[in-house]
Amino acid sequence: MLLEILGSGCAKCHKLEALTREAVHETGIEAHINHVTDIQSTMNYGVMATPALVVDGVVKVAGKLPAKDEIKKWISVGQPT
Amino acid sequence: MNEYYVQNNIDLNAVPQTGRKNIKIRTVLPLLLAPIGIVLYIFLESGVNYIMYSMLGMDKNSHLTEAIRFFMFEVPKVLILLTFIVFIVGIIRSYFSPEKTRRALEGKPLLVGNIMASTLGIVTPFCTCSAIPLFLGFMESGIPLGVTFSFLVAAPMINEVALVLLFGLFGWQTAFLYASTGLIIAIFSGWIIGKLKVQRFVEEWVHEIKAGKLEIEERKTTFTERIQAGYVAVIEIVSKVWIYIVIGIGVGAGIHGYVPENFMASIMGKSAWWSIPLAVIIGVPMYSNAAGIIPVVQALLEKGASLGTTLAFMMSVIGLSLPEMIILKKVLKLPLIFIFVSVVAVGIMIVGYVFNLIY
Repeated sequence: MLLEILGSGCAKCHKLEALTREAVHETGIEAHINHVTDIQSTMNYGVMATPALVVDGVVKVAGKLPAKDEIKKWISVGQPT
Repeated sequence: MNEYYVQNNIDLNAVPQTGRKNIKIRTVLPLLLAPIGIVLYIFLESGVNYIMYSMLGMDKNSHLTEAIRFFMFEVPKVLILLTFIVFIVGIIRSYFSPEKTRRALEGKPLLVGNIMASTLGIVTPFCTCSAIPLFLGFMESGIPLGVTFSFLVAAPMINEVALVLLFGLFGWQTAFLYASTGLIIAIFSGWIIGKLKVQRFVEEWVHEIKAGKLEIEERKTTFTERIQAGYVAVIEIVSKVWIYIVIGIGVGAGIHGYVPENFMASIMGKSAWWSIPLAVIIGVPMYSNAAGIIPVVQALLEKGASLGTTLAFMMSVIGLSLPEMIILKKVLKLPLIFIFVSVVAVGIMIVGYVFNLIY
């Protein structure tokens, strides 16, 4: 599973990365976490507000910090339990 | 898509119990705290008076008492107001997003676009840190530069923290004046920049950016989720600005109690015509949020500063900031940043003079 954090170096962006790492760690799902700061990649997803979380190419949230439980929900969809 | 929902449902049940409790607290807590806040707010003044004069027997006429009373009364008052308003605004903002705003602005002619962009700038959730993706997104869908600027002026200038402080410390008239003149400045600076044909001062690479279409799952946001959005906004904003409010009101209280009446009249009074440009020149590079600056400004106003000068100072501190310019430098060439700051600064000065003339 590929998790991308689209950020611009803002405080919230780093917080999202930390939250995502925690969520991945706690659910024990195998995932590659990539913090993207390149603006073109951000725009490719059509995201206009950072931070954003992209799970396997699908934008799950943009412009706000989700709760850790929400992240867990997104990353455990389609995972064998 | 259907499959997604099905899976989603299953997963919802799999969320650990603590998580669900957490979500419940986010909904129930605000509803429980609201009445307590209202009661506190109503009895605050008599309560503070009672504690200070009856219980502690403090001297009513001393400067120290006056300063402490001001502090003890204003800090909780502004914090209660702030929590309440930020909560409501958080709920309102959950109905808006940069994408929806962009869609609404697409293909709008100049003046109409400026008016809409400025108004939407107030309610769209926006952080200066994402000014670049927003700017690129707007450019990409063909929204005129001038309309984009209207948004970028209004969004930071007219914010809920500024309005709460103005309402709490000055009264609703001033809050209303600030919001409406801020809106007018945003509309016309954007309109003027649009007329100036400054497209060539946008960095070339901006035109080469290709934006994809955002495909976020659009499922219906429930009202419970909106209440949670309000709760999150309160935690986020209040935890960030409370310290500035305490310090700002503390400094304000000191000025309030100790600085002589009419002290500011010669520097920031009506008769000093140069005070407005000076206030703006000092205000633009100054970076403070509304929470820190407004209480101080309120105290200055009491000591003889005039309303126009005060408004101009406040607007230039809050509305134009150096960090925002540095961020925008990535997409705009220096001449355009300069034009942008000048047009808005001139607008602010005009507002300042008009108010000094009226009052």
